[in-house]
Amino acid sequence: MNRWAHFPHEADVGIRGVGASKQEAFEQAAMALAAVVTDPQRIAPLEEVTITCSAPDDELLLVDWLNALIYEMATRKMLFARFEVRLGGGRLNAKAWGEKVDVARHEPAVEPKGACYTELTVKQDATGAWIAQCVVDV
Amino acid sequence: MDLQKFSQLSETEWRVEAFDGMRVPGIIFATEELIRQMDQKVFEQLVNVACLPGIVKGSYAMPDAHWGYGFPIGGVAAFDPDRGGVVSAGGVGFDISCGVRSLRTGLRVEDVQLAKARLADVLFRRIPAGVGSTGRVHLEAFEVDAMLCGGAQWAVERGYGVRQDLERIEERGCMKGAKPMVVSNHAKNRQRDEMGTLGSGNHYLEVQSVVKVFDEEAASALGIQEGEVVISIHCGSRGLGHQIGTEFLKDMAIAAADSGIDLPDRELACAPIHSEIGERYLGAMRAAINCALANRQILTHLLRQAMQEVFPGAELTLIYDVSHNTCKVEEHPVNGRSLRLYVHRKGATRAFGPGHPDLPEALRTIGQPVLIGGTMGTASYILIGTKDSEKHSFSSSCHGAGRRMSRHQALKNWQGRQLVDDLAKRGILVRSPSYRGVAEEAPGAYKDVSAVVDAADRAGLSRKVARLEPLITIKG
Repeated sequence: MNRWAHFPHEADVGIRGVGASKQEAFEQAAMALAAVVTDPQRIAPLEEVTITCSAPDDELLLVDWLNALIYEMATRKMLFARFEVRLGGGRLNAKAWGEKVDVARHEPAVEPKGACYTELTVKQDATGAWIAQCVVDV
Repeated sequence: MDLQKFSQLSETEWRVEAFDGMRVPGIIFATEELIRQMDQKVFEQLVNVACLPGIVKGSYAMPDAHWGYGFPIGGVAAFDPDRGGVVSAGGVGFDISCGVRSLRTGLRVEDVQLAKARLADVLFRRIPAGVGSTGRVHLEAFEVDAMLCGGAQWAVERGYGVRQDLERIEERGCMKGAKPMVVSNHAKNRQRDEMGTLGSGNHYLEVQSVVKVFDEEAASALGIQEGEVVISIHCGSRGLGHQIGTEFLKDMAIAAADSGIDLPDRELACAPIHSEIGERYLGAMRAAINCALANRQILTHLLRQAMQEVFPGAELTLIYDVSHNTCKVEEHPVNGRSLRLYVHRKGATRAFGPGHPDLPEALRTIGQPVLIGGTMGTASYILIGTKDSEKHSFSSSCHGAGRRMSRHQALKNWQGRQLVDDLAKRGILVRSPSYRGVAEEAPGAYKDVSAVVDAADRAGLSRKVARLEPLITIKG
């Protein structure tokens, strides 16, 4: 069930995570974010970074999570490709594994500027799968 | 876009009367062909913006409008602070003060053709571009605050450029009212290593030839002639602006209900101009404008150094620097009265007409230059503001070609390496760290920039001065 996808947006990129649980959907959404920049299979999960954030609801928490990752990517010059998310009480505790950007190997296509509220949804579909999605400005 | 709700006022002006919660009409400036190409979401966003408190006259979209977040890209809206008007982080965008500057080189196209490959390589080596690139200027904490207050003036004082440059930058290179103390440490940290970097996506540095002059008088005033080479830089406020946009989008979304603002959608997050959060955002946003101005100024310095390596003695003179993601306080006539309004331009260029007091002396008789970036394979344009644009769109014009296709679709349609080869055969050298990035930015993924510019010209938003075509493009 776990998977990620990009969906079309005229100027930017829509990212979607699908999982058996909300946590897994958040992890898959992070994979979709990584894939905006490069093929996640090119990223080695060598270095661990801890991320925590909190928000009044699931949708704002998803945007916070993605923006926290964007911040770590920008300031550490890293790309991430493995994620472990725990949710509870309006808080997110996560670990992300990745490595420093290697331009020749990763050929990073574009830098995410921020996750926004366009097409923002965190919900369960009719099959019970969790979906976590929004548009990312690039 | 479905045109059923619109009435056509002229060849290039389409109006939707206020309905439901709209406080003002929605107006799109475009030819029928361009408006039909626009996504239906542009209509929805135009209407949503028209519902915001304190909006004045209309919710406007330029000929290059496309689906953004909250406001359409290519959107213009002005708010009256004395009538509950709002300021919106989504109405400015993440890349605060993203903009274009163009410089004369004094070189002829034939001079550059002789050294084109070398120049492309030198520029690619000297101009930091792409994901993970770091600038050659690293700022300590106290310097970040000075940069956020001083903008391009700070950069010139540090030796990046000359004082004459400042005359050719909006706000003379320094946006007043910046408040570095309200800019978060996260935003400042994100910027420390990114001064003088181009970024990625649709940002570029381009060497261009002037292939056609439409308005000899204006071109002469700007010092441009057919057959000469100009260089344009398109980039913004980098990580600092992105972080400020991110933080205030959330703060405004949460605080809107407390301010009594009923948002039809969270992406319209905004706050009253006269509110603690509204004033805090304005202080931070103005600091980000200065960051963008300083960034383009440092890039200009790096560009001048690169040019000395290939063309010793070449003098690069700034034609103008425009910002196209801003909210600025301006005086505009409304119903016979002059009002002090907060004009949001998101993917739209200020286009003051001749005589405007904010223009530098040398440009006051011709109007503000409007610099329109194309794509790697198509033209760019220099236009000039008109008297008419005041009454049409709070003196605003378009900002670029505008995408017509998602990155997702562009990747399916084009391969980066093939595109670079094809462009090289047409005499356009592209240097980029990422072939995928080139494919996502394929010229075919954009609208026809000439059609957009023609529409802006015919609508009276700005007037064509010159057409530029690319010789070398450095993509982030």
